[in-house]
Amino acid sequence: MTDSEILDGITDIVRDALEDDTIVLSPESTASDYADWDSFKHITIVVATEVRFGVKFKTAEIESMRKVGDFISLIQKKLKAA
Amino acid sequence: MLASQLSWLPNNPAWRDDFRSVAADDDADFDALSRLAGFQIDFLCTERLDTLAQRKLRAIPPAQLPDPPIRLAILGSSTISYLVPAIRVGLLRRRLWAQVHVTPYGQYLQELLDPGSDLHKFRPTVILFAFDARHVIGLPAAGMSRAEADSLIEEKATHYAELWDRAQQAFSCRVIQQTMLPVFPELLGNNEHRLPGSPQRMVARFNQCMRELADGRRVDVLAIDNRVQRDGIGLWHEPALWHKGKIEIAPAMAPLYGDLVARIVAAQCGRSHKCLVLDLDNTLWGGVVGDDGVEGLVLGQGNAAGEAFVEFQRYVQQLSARGVILAVCSKNEEKAALEPFSRHPEMVLKRPAFAAFLANWTDKATNLRHIAERLNIGLDSLVFADDSPFERNLVRRELPMVAVPELPEDPAEYAQCLADAGYFEGIGLTAEDLSRADQYRANAERETLRTSMADLPSYLKSLEMEMIAGPFDRLSQTRITQLINKTNQFNLTTRRYSEREVAEAMERADVVTLQVRLTDKFGDNGIIAVVIGKPSGAGLLIDTWLMSCRVLGRQVEQATLNLLVKEARRRGHKALIGEFRPTQKNIIVRDHYKKLGFTRQDCDESGNSLWQLPIDQFVPFDTLITIAGMPA
Repeated sequence: MTDSEILDGITDIVRDALEDDTIVLSPESTASDYADWDSFKHITIVVATEVRFGVKFKTAEIESMRKVGDFISLIQKKLKAA
Repeated sequence: MLASQLSWLPNNPAWRDDFRSVAADDDADFDALSRLAGFQIDFLCTERLDTLAQRKLRAIPPAQLPDPPIRLAILGSSTISYLVPAIRVGLLRRRLWAQVHVTPYGQYLQELLDPGSDLHKFRPTVILFAFDARHVIGLPAAGMSRAEADSLIEEKATHYAELWDRAQQAFSCRVIQQTMLPVFPELLGNNEHRLPGSPQRMVARFNQCMRELADGRRVDVLAIDNRVQRDGIGLWHEPALWHKGKIEIAPAMAPLYGDLVARIVAAQCGRSHKCLVLDLDNTLWGGVVGDDGVEGLVLGQGNAAGEAFVEFQRYVQQLSARGVILAVCSKNEEKAALEPFSRHPEMVLKRPAFAAFLANWTDKATNLRHIAERLNIGLDSLVFADDSPFERNLVRRELPMVAVPELPEDPAEYAQCLADAGYFEGIGLTAEDLSRADQYRANAERETLRTSMADLPSYLKSLEMEMIAGPFDRLSQTRITQLINKTNQFNLTTRRYSEREVAEAMERADVVTLQVRLTDKFGDNGIIAVVIGKPSGAGLLIDTWLMSCRVLGRQVEQATLNLLVKEARRRGHKALIGEFRPTQKNIIVRDHYKKLGFTRQDCDESGNSLWQLPIDQFVPFDTLITIAGMPA
């Protein structure tokens, strides 16, 4: 899976979670760019990402995922290891 | 989408497009929203649908909702607000809607005890107690003796039972207690039960204890512990999320959790489904009887698919035994369709098991309408099980209120699919439930007799009806409460009362209570009418009058009124005051009091009307019902 495919998938999830279909993400996007993206939404987005890509994040990883780019590289790492 | 989630609902690849068009449509109504809830949707889409529904319903409030409206309060000990959208969407799927109030976590005791709290202002009609396992079990102490461990559990369980009592006393509300999620890993292993202080054992023990206490108190259990046995604790609980945000139930399971809560609430409102309508070819047996003949059917020993069909028939038979009505709707010649029932040695279900049997070439939507009419139940009481995606989609399009499970391709999975969907959620069982199938069957026979007899009086006479009426009693109080809470059509005021309130009415000397049974030559119809009369300045006010639609058109209303007048006169009342409060479902009784000779006194803008019948001028109706007894 390419980085841009993963980015598209995460964009879908964030649009659903923040209920805004106009959102466009880049690897540099972070939670603080969006007022609604609070710590609970963050968990929601992380969980939906796990389901969508069939991966599992560790407790410590959830804390460390700040930028959308962090999501992408972690997912790539896990998909390759699988 | 997890495979275990909402798998009985159809998948809709265009769901997001449909969602957007409903969102953009200013006239989109409750039905359009409810339809969106009828598909497999994940927790994110569930939240979006809930947000949309809340926004839309503020502008266009839904009609046909139960009265009084459902106000659900959730009292929990950890984060639970993320489950609320899924509960509302679960209700929406059942064409219900609720206001939901969540107490701040950990505050449930204060909220319950303080009359000035937000909970008291909210006046819940249902309270869900949702405690997480760590809160209940406390710090584990595996070294405890059996006596210590068990007395600890008992103490906790008794404490929660007191909370239920408090809730019922304060609000006369329904109570739902969620069982503890088995989140703790074992310490001893296979024989964990031998370690008294094991948290895993204590959770199991606690859940058992709660069930016993709940039964004595009319509290309904939300059995997420049983559900975990089906899906696995790994799906339901992720320790990482607990540590991150005190989230006990994995958010991805929220849609299923919400559906489980919604089906209990719906059952409490009398909105569970009542009748399973089955297709025949490739649903009850393998093959097409019209083409393959009885000998060519795949059914029974010697073939895995054949055994799966037998097993499914057994499941259906057991559903019938617990009170689900059965019917057949099949595209077939009737003669061919009946043949396997009379000739195939492996058929578990026999023809008399079905209250209605429609095998013809008419479209299935029309046939389902006929079945609902013939059984005198609403279309929204029907569940239609058919292996053909064509028929399923046709029925979903024509009759969105009929539940249509997405049956798996393998008949070995039919039974589990129906069970997962929870259509027939039952919260109590009465003797009448256990004989319901027989009653409806006898009814269908009466119906056949009626259509074959041109003149009604001679038909009624041939039924040899006997009525047994009397005040409410302890023996019948559960059944009476059940009728009060689920009768929608023949119900003049649609007032719902808890069993406690029914018992209170029974105790009061100035309140007239009447329960009516009807027997005829086909059998005992059970309690078919309930009346509550309260004294008012103008006479005896009929607060509640309801009747089972099974006995419509049989002069039961007239015979009941005769008894009611007699009783009111004995108590010195000068008049009977009837009240009619219209709902979406009770149009059938709009002219009830007029037909019985009452005159209208008053009518307000929402259509509520009051009717009066002076007692001294009353001439009892002639009926073909023998009054068999009026026990004191």
